[in-house]
Amino acid sequence: MNTTTRHGSAIVTTPSDTEILIRRTFDCPAAAIFDAWTTPEHVRQWWGTEDAPLVVCEIDLRVGGTWRYVVAFPDGNELGWHGTYRDIQRPNGLVSTEVWEPFPEGEAVNTMTLSEEDGTTTMTVRVQHSSKENRDGHLNSGMESGMQDVLDRLEDLVRS
Amino acid sequence: MPRAATTSDAFNAVAEPRRREILDLLASGELSVGDLVAQLGLTQPQVSKHLQVLRQVDLVRSRTVGRQRMYRVNGPALKPVHDWVTGFERTWNERLDRLDDLLTTLHNTDPQPEQE
Repeated sequence: MNTTTRHGSAIVTTPSDTEILIRRTFDCPAAAIFDAWTTPEHVRQWWGTEDAPLVVCEIDLRVGGTWRYVVAFPDGNELGWHGTYRDIQRPNGLVSTEVWEPFPEGEAVNTMTLSEEDGTTTMTVRVQHSSKENRDGHLNSGMESGMQDVLDRLEDLVRS
Repeated sequence: MPRAATTSDAFNAVAEPRRREILDLLASGELSVGDLVAQLGLTQPQVSKHLQVLRQVDLVRSRTVGRQRMYRVNGPALKPVHDWVTGFERTWNERLDRLDDLLTTLHNTDPQPEQE
């Protein structure tokens, strides 16, 4: 029986030197999650935050099609990601590349799998980097969260 | 991509993964250059170069103890550095909670009929 309680935290692990694995379970069919990942109007509602919303969300969902997300911060700074779709298997799989625009040489391959059983779906996202250095940089960046506070504090430090 | 000129040097300093590793190591306490070399698996000139960049943006400070040069994170920088290290997991936690909220809204919580 479904309840409104969450399944708990997303679990982030590093199965190898060059990978990041993100796992979470949802009380939802795989198709619903797949669509929420690949429909711009939906992605805009969960990718960014209230303080740092997605202002660009382009998805051309076909093999060879591209995607681009841009988050905007209150001071006008923006951060973007983009990539290309490599394999699309609705509702259970999606493979795409991802480039974080401040670090264009660090292209990663993201493999999302959705595995549904009895109305509950386990989502895994495997981020495959080309080097340990790029993987570590991604994992340690935290750049997506609290960026504005960080930039403000750095600015204070540099000026003091 | 717009970015304030005054923050870009510090941003670039910490955008480099090895320098974030150095800050992460120093977050636990003062270390010598030799300690950092041993823990990072880099050469001493490489570590020194990264430390110089971090010193230039005042994210690390140093003092001499005997014959060793000891490095520490600049106090006010400690919290944002620490936040960065845990930032990835927290970012995804919050992001997927928002996805969960959206899925609940879109597909409501009515129980599905049992499959035959």
